[in-house]
Amino acid sequence: MAYALQQLINGISLGMIYGLIAVGYTMVYGIIGMINFAHGDIFMVGAFISLIAILMLISGGMMEGPAAILLVLVISMAFTALYGWTVERVAYRPLRGSFRLAPLISAIGMSIVLQNFVQVSQGARVKPLEPQITGGVELMREGNFVVQLSYMQILIIVSTLAVLAIFTWLVTQTALGRAMRACEQDRKMAALLGINTDRTISLAFVIGAALASVAGTLYLLRYGIADFFMGFIVGVKAFTAAVLGGIGSLPGAVLGGLLIGLIETFWSAYFSVQYKDVAAFGILVLALVFLPTGLLGRQEVEKV
Amino acid sequence: MAQTMLEVDNLATGYGAVQALKGVSLHVDKGEIVTLIGANGAGKSTLLMSICGEPRARAGRVLLDGEDITARPTHEIMRGGVAQSPEGRRIFPRMSVLENLVMGAQAAGQDPATQLPRVYDLFPRLKERQAQRGGTLSGGEQQMLAIGRALMSRPRLLLLDEPSLGLAPLISRQIFAAIRALNESEGLTVLLVEQNANQALRLAHRGYVLVTGRITMSGSGAELLARPEIRDAYLGGSH
Ligand SMILES: Nc1ncnc2c1ncn2[C@@H]1O[C@H](COP(=O)(O)OP(=O)(O)O)[C@@H](O)[C@H]1O
Ligand SMILES: [Mg+2]
Repeated sequence: MAYALQQLINGISLGMIYGLIAVGYTMVYGIIGMINFAHGDIFMVGAFISLIAILMLISGGMMEGPAAILLVLVISMAFTALYGWTVERVAYRPLRGSFRLAPLISAIGMSIVLQNFVQVSQGARVKPLEPQITGGVELMREGNFVVQLSYMQILIIVSTLAVLAIFTWLVTQTALGRAMRACEQDRKMAALLGINTDRTISLAFVIGAALASVAGTLYLLRYGIADFFMGFIVGVKAFTAAVLGGIGSLPGAVLGGLLIGLIETFWSAYFSVQYKDVAAFGILVLALVFLPTGLLGRQEVEKV
Repeated sequence: MAQTMLEVDNLATGYGAVQALKGVSLHVDKGEIVTLIGANGAGKSTLLMSICGEPRARAGRVLLDGEDITARPTHEIMRGGVAQSPEGRRIFPRMSVLENLVMGAQAAGQDPATQLPRVYDLFPRLKERQAQRGGTLSGGEQQMLAIGRALMSRPRLLLLDEPSLGLAPLISRQIFAAIRALNESEGLTVLLVEQNANQALRLAHRGYVLVTGRITMSGSGAELLARPEIRDAYLGGSH
């Protein structure tokens, strides 16, 4: 019981990281109908930018307290957003109106470019980071098993909820969010109402990259490693989350992320740690076959 | 001398190998209602869309108040005082009626709060339905919403593509009455595309006839209504 509760806590905090990334996949898919295969690598870039920021703060003796974490998050969001913007501008926008597969191929290319860029500029070895946030709250004790909610997990849960709350407000209440939803539902009509659709699409990439960078920062702090290839597996899992939740659905992406995090955690805890990635891929296949519209996806585009 | 609001000068465009417009010239004066009638596939919708820059003109020019807007991006044209209620209405199905209307105002820099009462006055039905999703409205309500949304930007020039299509006669009369009211009370300039030539020609000051991408006839509404070839081709000969 205590063991399961601990897995639940671990699964939710991992799932929130997947959810943050999954939102970026689903948002871009909703607006321009493409899978941004480079999105996992944007997450990786976000982790690296945080790593650099943290190391600089440490060397300056300033990596202390919540303000430092917040600063790292802001720096990472800003620079990663710039990467997201650039990827769209360079690799996708010129192909808009081209055949459907073109941006997809370009995205795979962009993924390789980002990986190689980081590999060359930062080195190929796994970068370790000693734990920055330690300790936690003891929730319950069963025999000598202690259920703990670590401060790191609290940070993950609180910052994810905060970021998602801001994101939800942005999408549902602001002019930009309305413009994004309009582009998603009928891009040509949005332009006919004076919306600069290219700019709106750019901003979707910027926001998606910023969310992925928060995930990258949290992942780095939680697991203490970064390497140029980390975006692949995490990206596939987040993509699976987006498909499972219903690609195009924002709440679905978060729900899917939580489910993937929970499934992976429980699978590792009760079956096999080695095969935890197989579980995620297995779900992707099952979801695509049996639930192609996902849990919260639309069954069919509404007829007007 | 009337002031020209819209001038389309020898406009040609199309889709890939399809030449949809083959050199169309027409003009709409300030305060006028001008109708463009023509059979299905004549190029009417293409003309309205091409005035908005999509598809782009391949030859010819579009002038708005004397300014050449032919090469401008669509969103700039629409921010510059043109609004369109397009073919098929294109309501955002998963936005509320209110949000659809706000979309009409926001990019054009109009304050939704000041524009909403005008539109609700014209179409009280929209106010009753304002919290409902666009996709759940009836055809007539969607048409009102499409026109209302276009009006939210306070356009100088309103382009309407077949506003009566698929509507019951009573509803379509309401829509036409609203267009006339806007024109008379606010002096709104309207270019109206219609297959319902009879109603359109009665409403409009002037009209043009478009046949496979070319203007074949023009004149005042009454003149065109009296022409035998119009009666045969567009009025079903029964009026
Ligand atoms: N998106 C499109 N792609 C290719 N051809 C099109 C497209 N839209 C319209 N057409 C063609 O252009 C011509 C004019 O169409 P349209 O402007 O819709 O006519 P109308 O509005 O008068 O019925 C037709 O031959 C039509 O088949
Ligand atoms: Mg048409």
